[in-house]
Amino acid sequence: MKPFTIDTTNGICAALFIFLGGFFALQSLDLEIGTAFRMGPGYFPLVLAIVLILLGAVILVEAVRFESEPIGHVAWRGMLFILPAPIFFGLTVRGLGFLPSIFLTALIASFASGRMRPLTALVLSAGLTLFAFLVFSYALGLPFRRFGPWLQF
Amino acid sequence: MELLDNLALGFSTASSLANLGFCLIGVLLGTLIGVLPGIGATATIAMLLPITFQIGDPVSSLIMLAGIYYGAQYGGSTTAILINMPGESSSAVTAIDGYQMAKNGRAGAALAIAAIGSFFAGTVSTFLVAVFAPPLTAIALEFGAAEYFSLMIVGLVSSVALAHGSIVKALAMVVLGLLLGIVGTDIYTGTPRFTLGIREYADGLNFVAVAVGVFGVAEILRNLENEHERSVMIRSVSGLMPTRDDFRRMAAPIVRGTIIGSALGILPGGGAILAAFASYTVEKRISKNPGEFGKGAVEGVAGPESANNAGAQTSFIPMLTLGIPANPVMALMIGAMIIQGIVPGPNVAIEQPALFWGIIASMWIGNLMLIILNLPLIGLWVKLLTIPYYVLFPIIMAFCSIGVYSVNTNIYDLYAVAFFGLLGYLLTKLRCEPAPLLLGFVLGPLLEENLRRAMILARGDPTTFVTRPISAGLLFIAFAVLVIVFLPAVKKKREEVFVEEN
Repeated sequence: MKPFTIDTTNGICAALFIFLGGFFALQSLDLEIGTAFRMGPGYFPLVLAIVLILLGAVILVEAVRFESEPIGHVAWRGMLFILPAPIFFGLTVRGLGFLPSIFLTALIASFASGRMRPLTALVLSAGLTLFAFLVFSYALGLPFRRFGPWLQF
Repeated sequence: MELLDNLALGFSTASSLANLGFCLIGVLLGTLIGVLPGIGATATIAMLLPITFQIGDPVSSLIMLAGIYYGAQYGGSTTAILINMPGESSSAVTAIDGYQMAKNGRAGAALAIAAIGSFFAGTVSTFLVAVFAPPLTAIALEFGAAEYFSLMIVGLVSSVALAHGSIVKALAMVVLGLLLGIVGTDIYTGTPRFTLGIREYADGLNFVAVAVGVFGVAEILRNLENEHERSVMIRSVSGLMPTRDDFRRMAAPIVRGTIIGSALGILPGGGAILAAFASYTVEKRISKNPGEFGKGAVEGVAGPESANNAGAQTSFIPMLTLGIPANPVMALMIGAMIIQGIVPGPNVAIEQPALFWGIIASMWIGNLMLIILNLPLIGLWVKLLTIPYYVLFPIIMAFCSIGVYSVNTNIYDLYAVAFFGLLGYLLTKLRCEPAPLLLGFVLGPLLEENLRRAMILARGDPTTFVTRPISAGLLFIAFAVLVIVFLPAVKKKREEVFVEEN
């Protein structure tokens, strides 16, 4: 008898869909479901969420029966520096102001690559900030404060 | 002639100095980003989308967006030919013979053939759009809620059929997209749904944030997986002019490619990709020396490139007339229209004729600009290819952040970018295609609205979808497509096609 194995890629995939389906289903139950005639806000999402869970279950069955491609290399360093960049921009654009915030955002994103040298990153971010100032702030006139209240003394 | 009047209106709209300028900027920017290796047309448009919102006038902004689209596509072909790195799967076919031509020292000729083929295909298919859009609009005006619902089901099912890899996963992606699409306030009762109590998400998740995250950020992460030096072996491109022999050999494939592309482009779900493959197969089959294919055959560049561009153009037909996106790029276009306050659908042609015909005319102008601009500028694009990737993505991340924030000045949109970047990357790693998700996201609210309206009109009787003839016909098509892709023989063939592509 074959030992019981689950394919990693499809196993995680199934778990993700079932989890997301479960999340939407639970949230829908708090809403008014209504009837097929007069659907409430929860009707359509609940149906979709149940379908998503079922599709996840089908993928789970496939994961037990077949092997698929391995997940492969994951860009951990990339995720560590790329994903925080827009979050950082969101947290600081009002407080620090547009220019300091975009400088630091570019600097954070720069370190996602192992090839980037610190000096290059600084020069690149500075150049980018200048460009952003000229194009977005000056020429297009986006209504962002260039320097925010955190920097006023 | 009504057609001529309409086209005249379109050309006078599109050729105003401002609109010509926006079209030019769009084509240039699109090529600029599209030529960067590893970044496909969809990602390019997603990243440049916020810029177009800075233009107040919806006509100009959509014309610029269309320009970006053509530019991005042409940029993708350039990288495919010069460094064998297609940004989008539709130019993967071009890479097969185009790169071989470049290796034989004929890069210039290959690029010129691609440009000429695209221009011819663009001219013919623009005309087709102008001919077929109005009657389709007239039909679409007769559609009720039930028909719209069924039509959207056809679109979603087709996107599943044309996605890579597992069909079940693609279906799950569509459903997840639909669910994400209905996050926000319920239109009938005003109840907030799935917002996790965050007031900033009451208007729904920002479409630009989702697109930038799922396509842009996820693509950057994928490129960061294995950083290796790109070898650009072509430092300068010379000999742009194809020889007389080239012209003789490319004429017929261009015509055939245009026909195949125009027909398949209308199919929802990414007909342009299918068109390029179909054209390549046809050319290889009817060629007198099929052995040349894969070693730098002129026909293998001319046919697929024309098919690809014709398909890209005719995919505007369902978008403009029905408001149904045929592929992720059209989904982005619809998103842009909604943000500009235009409700996509058959009414656009009637209420905003200048917009409707202006976009159609700008398609042709955009193609003309591409050929005039890009042939002389090829040297510049080749230089761009040598910029190391690690310099590019901080720039891209900074511009994406500014762009997304500038749409609504909502900082929660930036958090959504990070979240959807992570989700998009995770799903790609799990072999799930992002295109069906985006299509679902755009159609989610429309699908729900029409379903609910149809059910109210039918007093809760679900048979309304099969007793109304048009709706029944559409549902039958959707059902047939699903059955066909699950047939064992088709399933096997489909896997072969996509394996060949990678």
